[in-house]
Amino acid sequence: MNEARFKPGERVRVLKAYPPGHIRTPHYIRGCVGEVERICGAFPNPEELAQMRNGLPAQPLYRVRFLQKNVWPDYAGPATDVLEVEIYQHWLEPA
Amino acid sequence: MSDEQGKYRPLSYFQLMEISLRELLVEKGILTNEQVDAEVENMRSRTPERGAKVVARAWVDPAYRKRLLENGTKACEELGLDVPALKLVAVENTPQAHNAIVCTLCSCYPRMLLGIPPDWYKSRNYRSRMVREPRQVLAEFGLQIPENTQIRVHDSTADMRYIVLPMRPAGTEGWDEERLAGLVNRDCMIGVAVPKGPKD
Repeated sequence: MNEARFKPGERVRVLKAYPPGHIRTPHYIRGCVGEVERICGAFPNPEELAQMRNGLPAQPLYRVRFLQKNVWPDYAGPATDVLEVEIYQHWLEPA
Repeated sequence: MSDEQGKYRPLSYFQLMEISLRELLVEKGILTNEQVDAEVENMRSRTPERGAKVVARAWVDPAYRKRLLENGTKACEELGLDVPALKLVAVENTPQAHNAIVCTLCSCYPRMLLGIPPDWYKSRNYRSRMVREPRQVLAEFGLQIPENTQIRVHDSTADMRYIVLPMRPAGTEGWDEERLAGLVNRDCMIGVAVPKGPKD
């Protein structure tokens, strides 16, 4: 299992990458900056599982909270509205 | 294959694929017909009443509510509900925050508590718009969220599954769990509706 690099409250950026394959990081959130809400544990990497490999070492999984206005520049609702997405550690970098 | 009017229609591509795959698995001795029937029955037996039971318990028992928010999976097991494999996260509605759940990538859904998802949950329309313009989508469900209440949309992209813990409606003081559970429907636990009390 890989160690968790980020702590709750830390600011992180989702990698802006577009590799082929089975990716559980939605396109719309790539490149966005948010805050770690919690660490969910570690899970086999789904990108590897999809290729019939074992997905190990397990990847720490985070729930990252994004302000809607940082995801959609023209978001029409209040500035406090948020979006929370589960993201695996190898898709995150410090922000 | 016949439809409800009794007219014969050819099988669709996916119906044919399902039958072929199932028959092959049975023929090769990997599964039995009885196992397939038992699993279908098992899926059908899971209904949103399971989730409503969890919500009602959290409403009457503050210590249980706390445990549910800390570890949803364990709290369900306490009530004898099996929540296989996946981790359950309960998110709580308050006067300051309203929660709603979506899976933009596919149709991840807390089946162990809510059963089979409704078709709209799997629709491209709901999946693409719920993260983009949640207030408009909720309004289309008949739910107006005040501007000073934060909306938290949860995109269920990986190994967690979510259930919304709605607010207990006013006017239900002294109600027992069973009566309270009757107020909680599927949509309330997805976050596209809120339970209606006697005063609503």
